[in-house]
Amino acid sequence: MQIIISNSSKQHIYEQIYEQLKTSILSNELEAGQSLPSMRQLAKDLNVSLITTKRAYEELEKTGFIYSIVGKGSFVSEQNSEMVKEAKMKGIEEQLLTAIRNSKDIGISLTELKELLTILYREEE
Amino acid sequence: MENIIELKNVHKSFKGFDIKNFSIAVKKGFVTGFIGGNGVGKSTTIKMIMNLLQPDSGTVSVFGLNYKEHEKEIKQRIGFVYDENILYDHLSLNQMKDIVKHAYENWDDHLFNHYVELFDLPLKKKIKTFSKGMMMKASLTMALSHHAELIIMDEPTSGLDPIFRRELLEILHQLMQDGDKTIFFSTHITTDLDMIADYITFIHNGEHIFTKDLIEIEEEYAIVKGGLELLDREIEQEFLAVRKSNYGFEALTANKGRAEEVFGDMVIMEKPTLEDIMYYTKKGAEQHV
Repeated sequence: MQIIISNSSKQHIYEQIYEQLKTSILSNELEAGQSLPSMRQLAKDLNVSLITTKRAYEELEKTGFIYSIVGKGSFVSEQNSEMVKEAKMKGIEEQLLTAIRNSKDIGISLTELKELLTILYREEE
Repeated sequence: MENIIELKNVHKSFKGFDIKNFSIAVKKGFVTGFIGGNGVGKSTTIKMIMNLLQPDSGTVSVFGLNYKEHEKEIKQRIGFVYDENILYDHLSLNQMKDIVKHAYENWDDHLFNHYVELFDLPLKKKIKTFSKGMMMKASLTMALSHHAELIIMDEPTSGLDPIFRRELLEILHQLMQDGDKTIFFSTHITTDLDMIADYITFIHNGEHIFTKDLIEIEEEYAIVKGGLELLDREIEQEFLAVRKSNYGFEALTANKGRAEEVFGDMVIMEKPTLEDIMYYTKKGAEQHV
């Protein structure tokens, strides 16, 4: 598992940790039932404050990616396919939005963009 | 959440300087950084927490106990690192240890030796031959060798090189692995805090400005930069302070969401450093007088 933190990113550090753990969970690199490092250990390893890792874990718990057992620590939840799909969909939307913004910047029309998308989609098949 | 240190409505007057109606609560199991400029009351506050000074009015409690009845018990559970050298110059670290250990019921020679080894400290050399960094390590060793639950440090990183400051932060991280420990330290080197502090307590001119966690600060505060034509009297009131030049303005807001609504894409918004917050708060206090 890798967690790389950027201090110059606009994203909060806890969000960066959240996103990267989420990615590891969605890609099955972290498997269901696997235990996560303690918040204090992770804070030490990443050289960030405890409150930062605490918040990242709380968010992961809220969104159902992990669960915690008092005195034992945090573990990766069983991922239901619906949730995985939804998370991926959100990722796709974000990437498409970036592509749309970039297109608008240089004046590419919707039709042209659709054409491009169609070509690339078919090439991958 | 349990509070380890509590100051309630503390007043302390000196010639030309007051600590005014000062209340703070330091949470157990976390690191609190205590920031403020020079001469704004940081050391005085710490001295009151250590009972080296007594407030004129208000109460100080540590571990939920007051100093009047429980001074000995409280002191046993605190490890204190001063900004000045309090070790005896003419003694060696070994001799110093023999004096200090008798003051503490929970003194642990193993732990002492562990830190001496970790910090690579000479046991037999006279302390007066120590460099500033070694002196700091020696003070830290003394403070950490009796299983203190609360570590209080007054400017532990001032005058130390960046490498040693990093090492110190690692040691503090290591200490915090045990969830029962609490660290409270004053500093004006705010970059140290990003890596370790959970809560920031900010003091200015003897007054408590805020205690917030690091994430709250990021969510509430922002540096706003833009052209002068965006400013008018009313808008300037929204900021804690504004710095103007011929080329534009830079300002600190404590209400990031509102600034986003007002200015949208017309300005650049950046994450403020703690230094920015200190600078603009001081400037704001002067401007609004």
